[in-house]
Amino acid sequence: MTDTDVTLQPKKKGLTRRQKRRLSRGVQYVVFVAAVIAFAVTADWGRLQNQFAQADIAKQMFPDVITLALKNTVLYTLSGFVVGLVLGMVIALMRLSSVGPYRWLAGVYIEIFRGLPALLIFIFVGVAVPLAFPGTEIPGGTYGKVAIALGLVSAAYMAETIRAGIQAVPKGQMEAARSLGFSPAKAMVSIIIPQAFRIILPPLTNELVLLFKDSSLVLFLGVTLEERELSKFGRDLASTTANSTPILVAGLCYLLVTIPLSFVVRRMESKAQEAIR
Amino acid sequence: MSRPEIEVRGLHKSFGDNEVLRGIDLEIGQGEVVCVIGPSGSGKSTLLRCVNLLEEPTKGQVFVGGTEVTDPDVDIDAVRRRIGMVFQQFNLFPHLSVTENLALPQRRVLGRDKATAARIAAENLARVGLSEKADAYPASLSGGQQQRVAIARALAMGPEVMLFDEPTSALDPELVGDVLAVMRMLAREGMTMMVVTHEMTFAREVADRVVFMDGGVVVEDGSPERVIGDPQHERTRHFLSRLLDPAMAEVEEEISDQVGKSGP
Repeated sequence: MTDTDVTLQPKKKGLTRRQKRRLSRGVQYVVFVAAVIAFAVTADWGRLQNQFAQADIAKQMFPDVITLALKNTVLYTLSGFVVGLVLGMVIALMRLSSVGPYRWLAGVYIEIFRGLPALLIFIFVGVAVPLAFPGTEIPGGTYGKVAIALGLVSAAYMAETIRAGIQAVPKGQMEAARSLGFSPAKAMVSIIIPQAFRIILPPLTNELVLLFKDSSLVLFLGVTLEERELSKFGRDLASTTANSTPILVAGLCYLLVTIPLSFVVRRMESKAQEAIR
Repeated sequence: MSRPEIEVRGLHKSFGDNEVLRGIDLEIGQGEVVCVIGPSGSGKSTLLRCVNLLEEPTKGQVFVGGTEVTDPDVDIDAVRRRIGMVFQQFNLFPHLSVTENLALPQRRVLGRDKATAARIAAENLARVGLSEKADAYPASLSGGQQQRVAIARALAMGPEVMLFDEPTSALDPELVGDVLAVMRMLAREGMTMMVVTHEMTFAREVADRVVFMDGGVVVEDGSPERVIGDPQHERTRHFLSRLLDPAMAEVEEEISDQVGKSGP
């Protein structure tokens, strides 16, 4: 037999491609069902319910979990987002500057704050700064501290996003604006940045989701009862009741916000895709 | 002829080692329409972009309306207000409606109030025959309509000179006519125009002068009848014959040589 004969003949032994695919899928289903059954059988359902789903404890959390904890989480997130956006914009423009030291400084900032854990920055802002500069008071108390800590972290990410957005605006836009007599600054503000924001709206919203979760780090600043946000609120109640239901409820409150936001981001992304076509 | 509206003296432009313009001298009088033609890579677009300093010349001077554009201390934004520019890719602002495309630059750059800017925008949209598209967004317009809006946007700034960088090259053939009609109207009204183009019919009918460029120099400069009808240089003849009848072009000599050598 020649080589060509071998390749052209259907293989006699072993499985065909279709059979292999069917077998592989079958095995995956079996593993899945087995895992579910194993969990259902071994789990102590009574204990789980007792620990996580006690209706009366959950009831006891309302309305404070919404009117206080969720409200504070949203407040921390938005203030951090605003600080991050403004600072991020400044850093992005520095990164694109024709002045070398500005570019360099912006690069250093981005590398440092993207490389550090957010928790470390919270501790830094909340504890280290007041100790290092006695007498200085960050305005706004805890709210101010959180806004600055979250802002410092998110500015580094947002700066990179904004820079990418500005660079994604076609070069012809700046040329058209300049040829109409716009100064570089005016062209940036009226023509380039509005278009850049359209491009980066989805990643910026993603950043908002991340901040929403990072706001839980307030936990480590030591806050008053009135300043508690979801995580702290849930944990406090969990320890007073010696039950995990509050943690579960707090978690659900996060998802109440993050899942719709993620959905909005996906919608925006697919819309942007359509616009390109 | 009084002082030229556009004057280019000894202009050189290099991109790295690539010398694109090798000493251009050119004068365009007030109300004159000059078409610049030439093969791709001949430097004609670069020359045009040097006139409003979108490209910084390496050497030489450019004057527009008596002001030296190439003077490092000149207020370039002020000079550019007098020079309208139309791009091959239109470059309309996609986030603004047609009216806003025309009105925003007037307000931001010229400081006109909202009502004045809107009135001048409407006037210029009417000039290019697109009043009914005032509230449309650029993405919903055809290429020809976008280019006419781009011309109107430049005109709304009240320029003394208009630069056209291959204004019809990105258009579907059936849309070219509308844009050329607007440009013809401008020429009749006495606008000083410098047009980089491949539209030979337009050049022949509308231009006062045709400039043929090749390899970064001006090869021929004269009336359309002379440069297009009776070219004096072999390079011009070669270019025109390829442009007017692309199907008749022979395989270039260097290539046919290589084919001959590599053959058996």
